[in-house]
Amino acid sequence: MKQGIYTIVGHEPLTKDVYRMVLSGDTSAMTMPGQFIEIGLPGFFLRRPISVCDYDESTITIIYKVVGQGTDVMSKMQKGETLDALVGLGHGFEVERSGDDPLLVGGGVGVPPLYHLAKRLLAAGREVTVILGFNRAAEIFYADEFERLGARVVVTTVDGSVGVKGFVTDALPEKFSHVYSCGPMPMLRALYGATQGVGGEFSLEERMGCGFGACMGCSIMTKNGSRRVCKDGPVFDKEVLAWQI
Amino acid sequence: MADLKVTLSGLELDNPIIPASGTFGYGYEFAELYDINILGSFSFKGTTLEPRFGNPTPRIAETPSGMINAVGMQNPGIDRVISEELPRLKKCFHKKVVANIGGFSVEEYAECCARIDREEQVGIIEVNVSCPNVHNGCMSFGTDPLGISAVTKAVKAVTKKPVYVKLSPNVTDIVPLAAAAAEAGADGISLINTLLGMRIDLRTKKPVIANRMGGFSGSAILPVALRMVYQVYEAVKLPIIGMGGVTSARDVIEMMLAGATAVEVGAANLIDPWACPKILAELPAVMEQYGITSLRDIIGGAH
Ligand SMILES: Cc1cc2nc3c(=O)[nH]c(=O)nc-3n(C[C@H](O)[C@H](O)[C@H](O)COP(=O)(O)OP(=O)(O)OC[C@H]3O[C@@H](n4cnc5c(N)ncnc54)[C@H](O)[C@@H]3O)c2cc1C
Ligand SMILES: Cc1cc2nc3c(=O)[nH]c(=O)nc-3n(C[C@H](O)[C@H](O)[C@H](O)COP(=O)(O)O)c2cc1C
Ligand code: FES
Repeated sequence: MKQGIYTIVGHEPLTKDVYRMVLSGDTSAMTMPGQFIEIGLPGFFLRRPISVCDYDESTITIIYKVVGQGTDVMSKMQKGETLDALVGLGHGFEVERSGDDPLLVGGGVGVPPLYHLAKRLLAAGREVTVILGFNRAAEIFYADEFERLGARVVVTTVDGSVGVKGFVTDALPEKFSHVYSCGPMPMLRALYGATQGVGGEFSLEERMGCGFGACMGCSIMTKNGSRRVCKDGPVFDKEVLAWQI
Repeated sequence: MADLKVTLSGLELDNPIIPASGTFGYGYEFAELYDINILGSFSFKGTTLEPRFGNPTPRIAETPSGMINAVGMQNPGIDRVISEELPRLKKCFHKKVVANIGGFSVEEYAECCARIDREEQVGIIEVNVSCPNVHNGCMSFGTDPLGISAVTKAVKAVTKKPVYVKLSPNVTDIVPLAAAAAEAGADGISLINTLLGMRIDLRTKKPVIANRMGGFSGSAILPVALRMVYQVYEAVKLPIIGMGGVTSARDVIEMMLAGATAVEVGAANLIDPWACPKILAELPAVMEQYGITSLRDIIGGAH
């Protein structure tokens, strides 16, 4: 983990309320896809946890949805302004566990952290299928970006306006070696049920006090005992999650 | 040269800065970030006799200039703290630690303190009396002078280490509670713990915190904490560890002027993991700005 001041070098809406922001600064603390950053915003006490969508030697890309006051303030920030962030937080997706033809499943704003993961898997020569689930056409983002990377992309919409009508679980391929996912809990639960017998890793969300393991604000009970979403996760082996609770 | 040294019941501290219980774990998250030996000491996560998972999530909410937590005293239990956490801590922290102890009955507090009494790494026992008393209709020990007195006496009977009673601010008058601790033999007073608070989510129209209410802390509570430290300093002749909303060197000095001998820093560590080293780094310059050469000299200076 590192704390740094990051300059906004790119910022634009992808849909009505989803924005992409590119931050320039020290990215040396990033070690794996699926990690997150904690953004400090002027006027707000706690930082906002946001997944890293993509990163390189000098930039971090995030994609966020405006849901409350903090993300609203973020959406009004301009290129050239700076943000204080803690970077390189949490345990992310393990690229080495993918097998030959991994499946990536994202729901809504759970899609972003899968992007850098897809990049890494494709660079390692894997056959990558990505299922992106949204409610309706107007909410879709990043399908083209995943396609441009060279992944096979399937979009599902609940209202059927684009792609497969229904949920991500209605579009599962017959065979895949490992499943990586991030999205709302009901989606993860359905996906868990539909991917029995195949290994996988799911990224979770919790309200956070610190984001680096100090406060126990984000603890969940797993089959192996209590774990912190911010430090032991956010990405967990799907089999250790206590689905019955 | 600015003199930062202070003494708590015979324990000399290089400086008054002590990360507060529950915001610093058992130290090593922070030891990865900086040399925690620069701190005066630190107060470890509230520890109980039995392991506790704590409350369901969400456990955290934001407030204007602060936060609410309902962690619910998650901890691995006193025996694992002694067998695992303290030996691990010893490798990265060479000073005496403040052992923060919670409990749900007088016997539990006493048993926990008896076990930690044997640990030479522990310099001070900080007894958190804000927990509900399960044998007394779950009323908090900390809001009842008789409860505080009983816990303090029971703990003092089993340990030779200095006992600091950590008071809850959720009372009409803090003075009788501090006095009860003092009469029962406490060596010092720690205050304040968190204020009971809540937030409601406008989207769901329900409390944000799963447990509905939680402990409110952070910058917003500084004035309440200062007032209570000031009142207790006036009423009770015991050293005080002051805390509540401290985020800067100026806040530290203000807290000491109110009557604190040492100062705990809580929520600030969560939003800036380097908060304590930054406060330490800025202290000498701020002292100079206000003509202070020794921190010892300003304790209770506002009275
Ligand atoms: C590990 C992790 C990764 C995330 N990645 C993304 C992402 O890539 N894109 C994205 O759009 N969102 C992401 N989120 C959710 C994002 O953190 C919240 O939407 C955001 O904090 C809301 O802030 P706000 O001020 O607008 O909302 P408010 O409701 O005004 O915020 C009040 C408080 O609640 C917290 N909070 C509110 N909703 C959430 C939530 N869903 N999860 C955690 N804390 C919350 C805020 O951080 C803040 O402390 C992620 C959450 C976590 C835990
Ligand atoms: C996440 C969190 C957990 C806490 N856990 C404990 C605890 O276990 N025992 C205790 O005595 N106080 C606990 N506290 C209270 C703090 O030690 C401190 O008294 C209080 O937060 C006021 O200081 P602050 O405003 O600097 O945070 C906790 C506070 C926070 C924010
Ligand atoms: S948010 Fe503090 S431990 Fe996870």
